[in-house]
Amino acid sequence: MSWGLEGPVSTHVPVLRIGDVLLVTLQGELHDKAAEQLQQDIGEAVAGSSAGAVVIDVSGVEIVDSFLGRVFAEIAANAKLLAAETVVAGMRPAVAITLVELGLTLPGLRTALDVQEALRMLAQPSTPLSPGQGRQENA
Amino acid sequence: MTDQSTANRGTSTRIISDFLQRRREQIVQRWADEALFRTVFTVSRDEAAEAAGSLVEALASVAASGRIEDLRAPGFTGVREQLTRMAASRARGGAAPSQIADEVAALRPSITDLLITDLAGSDGEASGPHVVTLTVLMGTLRLFVMETALSAGEEIIDRQRLQLLEVATPVIKLWSGIVAVPLIGTLDSARSQVVMESLLEAIVDQQAKFAILDITGVPTVDSLVAQHLMKTVAAARLMGAECIVSGIRPAIAQTIVHLGIDLGSVITRASLADALAYALHQEGAVIVDRATGAGGPR
Repeated sequence: MSWGLEGPVSTHVPVLRIGDVLLVTLQGELHDKAAEQLQQDIGEAVAGSSAGAVVIDVSGVEIVDSFLGRVFAEIAANAKLLAAETVVAGMRPAVAITLVELGLTLPGLRTALDVQEALRMLAQPSTPLSPGQGRQENA
Repeated sequence: MTDQSTANRGTSTRIISDFLQRRREQIVQRWADEALFRTVFTVSRDEAAEAAGSLVEALASVAASGRIEDLRAPGFTGVREQLTRMAASRARGGAAPSQIADEVAALRPSITDLLITDLAGSDGEASGPHVVTLTVLMGTLRLFVMETALSAGEEIIDRQRLQLLEVATPVIKLWSGIVAVPLIGTLDSARSQVVMESLLEAIVDQQAKFAILDITGVPTVDSLVAQHLMKTVAAARLMGAECIVSGIRPAIAQTIVHLGIDLGSVITRASLADALAYALHQEGAVIVDRATGAGGPR
């Protein structure tokens, strides 16, 4: 499953903490190993700091495969179990199309245009989930 | 076909090939005045004669190869471009395909007459079989011209379909943060792909939080179209925008229900105006009647 590059390529993605929010910025290609590492890191960070929300900024990601798509979904599910909300921010059109074609519509995952929007969205938790969110079926 | 007739036919095609080469100039002079060449090469007769000449040579080489019924005969490939140009020119001039075919057929009588007089002079052999061979050859030419004309037409149709694909899917900015795509005409896979891509690009460019897909102009919705809509909605949601489908007509609503397509996860509104009102409301903008001070419908 994880045959990502080893060696000089850093597999560590920084997880920043801003107030109650954990901010993860993904850049360039994310190898399978790095993705798995990230999933673990976020889980630990949420559990350790009792953060209320996780924002994953994917605006730097140009290419996703089914594995990475599943990792996104799992990160969100993990965070939810740990009582934190996950928002994926700034997904590129090509990435969105790929995920939809793969049938990974990431149900239950909140999305935002960019990080700023995501933070604003989290700042007003009273905003009810719109009908389009939360129960998306696989197309 | 017996060996005897095959051999006869072989002789016949050779005779026709010889005849075409020997009488090239006379045929060219006759053909240059025929409607097919005269109408295409209006400026100079020399040009018409030159075109007719290369056509005669092509026919001679096809006859020499003995494949007079074969559209793929190598002799034809050389004149394909020229015939395409001529057929295209006639088609632009408003000639129907059948008219072009008739014009090609009109080349036959003059050349047949020439063949009969030619053969009558040489020996007492019956000219019948050779006339038949020439007729078959000219029939093949006619078919060849038709094929070229039609394939040229198909190219034009293909190009126009591409152009239509580009023009027919504008993404309109309705308000800051609200974009809309008015879909018109039948949606197929290629078009919905273009719609999806341009809409998602616009969401990024305009920083749009709401995208409205207006299907007022879509005549029918089948399961495939519905699936494309769902995909677009899902992709827009992944990017952080909310998608609203508007303009579903009663008949289409019935079809969707009959097909058992679940649009439950999609926000739908009756008209583009309703969709815009919904988006504005979600954005926190309020439309107020200046006279009464009351909020508008949403």
